Amino acid sequence: MANKLSGLLKVALLVLVYAAVQFLEGRGILLPYHVQILSLCCINIILVVSLNLINGFTGQFSIGHAGFFAIGAYLSAYLTVKLQLPFIPAIICGGILAGLTGLAVGLPALRLRGDYLAIATLGFGEIIRVIILNTDAVGGARGFSGIPKYTTFGLAYLTAIITVVVIRNFVASDYGRACLAVREDEIAAESLGVNSTYFKVLAFALGAFFAGAAGALFSHYLQYMAPTPSQIGFVKSIDILIMLVLGGLGSITGSVVAAIVLTVIPEFLRGFAEYRMILYPILLMAVMIYRPSGLMAGRELTLKGLTELFKGAKTRAYHS
Amino acid sequence: MSWQIAALQQLINGLAVGSVYALIALGYTMVYGIIKLINFAHGDIYMLGAYFGFYAITMLKLPLLPAMLVSMVAAAIVGVLLERIAYRPLRSSPRISVLITAIGASLLFQSTAQLVFGASFRPFPQAMPFRRIQLGPVFITNRQLLIFGVAVLLMVILHVLVTYTKFGKAMRAVARDKEAALLMGINVDRIISATFALGSALAATAGILVGMYYNRIDPYMGMMPGLKAFVAAVLGGIGIVPGAVVGGLLMGVAENLVVTLGSSTLRDAVAFAVLIVVLLFRPNGLLGKKGMEKV
Repeated sequence: MANKLSGLLKVALLVLVYAAVQFLEGRGILLPYHVQILSLCCINIILVVSLNLINGFTGQFSIGHAGFFAIGAYLSAYLTVKLQLPFIPAIICGGILAGLTGLAVGLPALRLRGDYLAIATLGFGEIIRVIILNTDAVGGARGFSGIPKYTTFGLAYLTAIITVVVIRNFVASDYGRACLAVREDEIAAESLGVNSTYFKVLAFALGAFFAGAAGALFSHYLQYMAPTPSQIGFVKSIDILIMLVLGGLGSITGSVVAAIVLTVIPEFLRGFAEYRMILYPILLMAVMIYRPSGLMAGRELTLKGLTELFKGAKTRAYHS
Repeated sequence: MSWQIAALQQLINGLAVGSVYALIALGYTMVYGIIKLINFAHGDIYMLGAYFGFYAITMLKLPLLPAMLVSMVAAAIVGVLLERIAYRPLRSSPRISVLITAIGASLLFQSTAQLVFGASFRPFPQAMPFRRIQLGPVFITNRQLLIFGVAVLLMVILHVLVTYTKFGKAMRAVARDKEAALLMGINVDRIISATFALGSALAATAGILVGMYYNRIDPYMGMMPGLKAFVAAVLGGIGIVPGAVVGGLLMGVAENLVVTLGSSTLRDAVAFAVLIVVLLFRPNGLLGKKGMEKV
């Protein structure tokens, strides 16, 4: 009963956030620019949470996430621009192709471990970028322009919610337990009958699928894609990784909070853009040295936790 | 006939670029051999080396070789500090944390360099006049000769250092078994610092050579060569010193041959394709021995 209630409460909260944004936008308090940033937050949430499934929960270290993002971005843009496909099927197609690529990449690459896997995924990401750079149908080196602006805040918000719910439920399922087992000790998991390759590839493909969907939302948000390292290359992958690590590997709420904070803050610090790229790495290194599992460290921020914190503060206040 | 000459020409160019990759790859492979860390920031130390050389030539008005020495010393100091500040506190942490720290260090070097040296590229001072030497149907430039000369000299010095000196023996001992080396009275920390210093000095030289060769340096110049040199180290068998040289030369040649055969934009993809093929079929590299996984 309590579970059902808290579920309803969460849904109500999510609807409330959406309604509040719509209301504030309608009253002109939130400018279109602000809503744009909120959409970008949602896209980044999808990217970070999906990377968390691979890096955080399954313990595989991928730094090629931008490659899947790029596949979704370009395929969906191609479908809507050249073939006049509606947007939602285009998102799904982008996600599916990214997922299939994840499968194709994951099968051989996931035989590698740790830092080798990291470099291999980085390599795959760059190969995808170079292929896009050499494909004239999507603009090649000039970039892909004239993409219609189909991404609305509502759509990005909904997709982010779907991503979080699916990945959360996946992690809580038997499949997720197997992934966690692989993360903790692959050899021990194997000896207990967990087919580690299967679960690693599954997590990888699922993460890639959502990255592709995020890409589709992004290309129809920015309306222009350029095959540069910072947009679809390893700089982008590392951006996602920074958000993930600061939020905490293996914490979905940590990912969400970090994605929002690290998307919003740079917008306020536009004048200090070059210092941002000095601050981030220092932050990253400091977190690794002093709190290696990230700020949230595998814990989740829950409503229950929050209320208990609040109650605890109250009783403490009462006793003092 | 003409494509054969073109291929031969590209072979020479490839060997020149390959020697540079080899110099950078040596640093990767030594550091990996000794503390099992992919020093992501190594490519950026190569970039810093190029800038140190640039300032040594333009501001201190040094000739090329002394400028190279100054840059090597400065880069060695940066390498030692990097290990001291960023990697040493994490020596017993999971390797992924160290890898993330290394990525952070790499970003930090790049953005600091961009802030201090400016984001746009700079022409590298030409400390020696450009000359082309005809060799039958192909030609070789004096800059390429300089690259070969310096690279071979440094590799020979490194080889002698690692194989015949007491320091080299200590280094190999630490790479084999850190605890046992410690019990034998080897100062492991000092050996690790020295390894970083050596690798960084080699990378700095590579930076200057490339600055001369392409006549330009910029804060992001370390990224691609750094990754490619890493691939070269893996190709030759990471942790094996001669492997880095073999891998570097092979990479340089392969890349330049692809340019002859087709598109030059595909060049960057070659490196990673090579990496993936090697990791899948010979994960221990060309010169590596197969190891067993210990539980």
